[in-house]
Amino acid sequence: MTTRIDRKFAALKQINRPALVTYFMGGDPDYDSSLRVMKALPKAGADVIELGMPFSDPMADGPTIQLAGRRALDGGQTLVKTLQMAREFRQEDDDTPIVMMGYYNPIYVYGVERFLADAKESGIDGLIVVDLPPEMDEELCLPALKAGINFIRLATPTTDDKRLPVVLGNTSGFVYYVSMTGITGSALPDTSKVADAVRRIKGHTDLPVCVGFGVKTSSQAKAIGASADGVVVGTAVVNAIANVLDKDGKAVADPAEAVATLVRGLADGVAEARLAQAG
Amino acid sequence: MEYALNQPAKPNSFRTGPDEQGMFGIFGGRFVAETLMPLILHLEEEWNRAKTDPEFKAELEHLNAHYTGRPSPLYFAERLTEHLGGAKIYFKRDELNHTGSHKINNCLGQILLAKRMGKTRIIAETGAGQHGVASATVAARFGFPCEVYMGATDVQRQAPNVFRMKLLGAKVHAVSAGHGTLKDAMNEALRDWVTNVEDTYYLIGTAAGPHPYPELVREFQSVIGRETREQMMAVEGRLPDMLVAAVGGGSNAIGLFHPFLDDENVRIVGVEAGGKGLEGEEHCASLTAGSPGVLHGNRTYLLQDGDGQIKEGHSISAGLDYPGIGPEHSWLKDSGRVEYVPIMDTEALEAFQLLTRLEGIIPALEPSHALAEVIKRAPTMGKDQIIVMNLCGRGDKDVFTVGKLLGHDL
Repeated sequence: MTTRIDRKFAALKQINRPALVTYFMGGDPDYDSSLRVMKALPKAGADVIELGMPFSDPMADGPTIQLAGRRALDGGQTLVKTLQMAREFRQEDDDTPIVMMGYYNPIYVYGVERFLADAKESGIDGLIVVDLPPEMDEELCLPALKAGINFIRLATPTTDDKRLPVVLGNTSGFVYYVSMTGITGSALPDTSKVADAVRRIKGHTDLPVCVGFGVKTSSQAKAIGASADGVVVGTAVVNAIANVLDKDGKAVADPAEAVATLVRGLADGVAEARLAQAG
Repeated sequence: MEYALNQPAKPNSFRTGPDEQGMFGIFGGRFVAETLMPLILHLEEEWNRAKTDPEFKAELEHLNAHYTGRPSPLYFAERLTEHLGGAKIYFKRDELNHTGSHKINNCLGQILLAKRMGKTRIIAETGAGQHGVASATVAARFGFPCEVYMGATDVQRQAPNVFRMKLLGAKVHAVSAGHGTLKDAMNEALRDWVTNVEDTYYLIGTAAGPHPYPELVREFQSVIGRETREQMMAVEGRLPDMLVAAVGGGSNAIGLFHPFLDDENVRIVGVEAGGKGLEGEEHCASLTAGSPGVLHGNRTYLLQDGDGQIKEGHSISAGLDYPGIGPEHSWLKDSGRVEYVPIMDTEALEAFQLLTRLEGIIPALEPSHALAEVIKRAPTMGKDQIIVMNLCGRGDKDVFTVGKLLGHDL
């Protein structure tokens, strides 16, 4: 198993700070800009990178990430190029964990064994595949664990105590708690409810629990970070890129700088999360 | 029947699937987000109870008889038979059902399941609008609010059905993503479901999606094949030589085929939308020209590129305009039990007109594809042979589309 995720969360635990996990869509709006966004993330304070794999039919995503996937595909992004992006990133950063996130079909068509070998070689630490529940573990989860890549599972408000052990069974790296039933980019629910859910999941596992879906601002990151081991921000990052594109998808300002500005603010939020608690 | 050497060994029965994981060989499964998983397991439990519950069966049979008008007739198409000069052609007339297609068979079954599960809101996707109309109909009949997702392109080309749904009290969402067809409608319906998972029942219109949908939709549609068997025995005293049905998602076809799968002497043909030809991109022949992949909760044959991105497809018929197919059909193709062939837009359009003039029946564009295949096959068969075709929908909804294609300004 690669150890970047475990090392990162252990280091953050030492300083009592939740992780800032940032999602972006690989190849949005084009390969070069997207690679610069990726490189800017850790420098602006992101602890873990979720590298989105575009898919033509993103059933669990809201309009923002749907459009980002469309831009990436229109820009010629493929799974081969997304892996290449990770490989290029690794040439200057061998520390920040990279988790690839997306849907199963492109991986299935690429070939599971070939994909895992290439992902490992590209410096990928974990996978989040939205449409592979534990019932389908033999497809990718078990081969990934065997290949030494973490398989990070989503737990949701519908995952009750009876089902949690099933979901956590083969999970490694961290657990991704989806804060509400819905698609990415929806409104964040009451943070006290989220805190209850995090506590509930922690009763079943020693893995770090990160919370995502709906976290957009520094103050939300701060509030969620008080209880969670990590805060996942996706739609807001993608929006920061979309906001500097004109109607033809051409950048009118630097997407990497726009993302860096947002991420610096979010990083300040998570840095204050436990201070607020202590105070 | 012939089997190629590289095909899996012939199973003892073609009627036992899916297995407990919802698989038909490598096809099917439950490829859904975790949010939906507990609900899908709940649906499976409820379905397993319902299918052995005599009360459930009795209620559904009563509705089929008195609300839908089943059994639908098995009609000998005398003039068409004479015209083609070969095999005797029978139509299973599911176009005479209440709401005008086979879709009502499935909707009645599923609305009873929704009621049993305590759900209070119905969502559905629709292509041609036939399933949307049938969903809106049963929702009205059982007092559920209903929202239907329909591609924006389909909303335009199937305007009469959109209005019918609205009359029935359903809310119709036009989905403009992609090409605005059935695939996009299904994505949007899944997004609604994952958001409103507590109170919402997703009434899937075809024998596809995550397990147990392919199985339960097949069971509700198999009334078509069971009736056909009985009616054929009563009229001809024997089983037919060939069954033909159109496949989009494949629910009317599996409904006709399933009760005959173990009758080796019955040849079975599924007809896909060949659109403007298989050499280009503008078709929906996922079985003939696609490859296995994972979409909308199941593994099945899909139209996709080398990167696993799903293509849009094209068909003259909104009901066949889908780049996938129910997983059981994928398995039946690979096992060699069912033969799948494409029919072009133009052939379907000709068949549509022929039936209208010869038999006084205006078929929907979907079964017009099946009919075009019958027109090819019947003359090559003996007069003592029998073909049954599923006439699964009526063409009222397509009159405007056909008018436009034939240069009439309606």
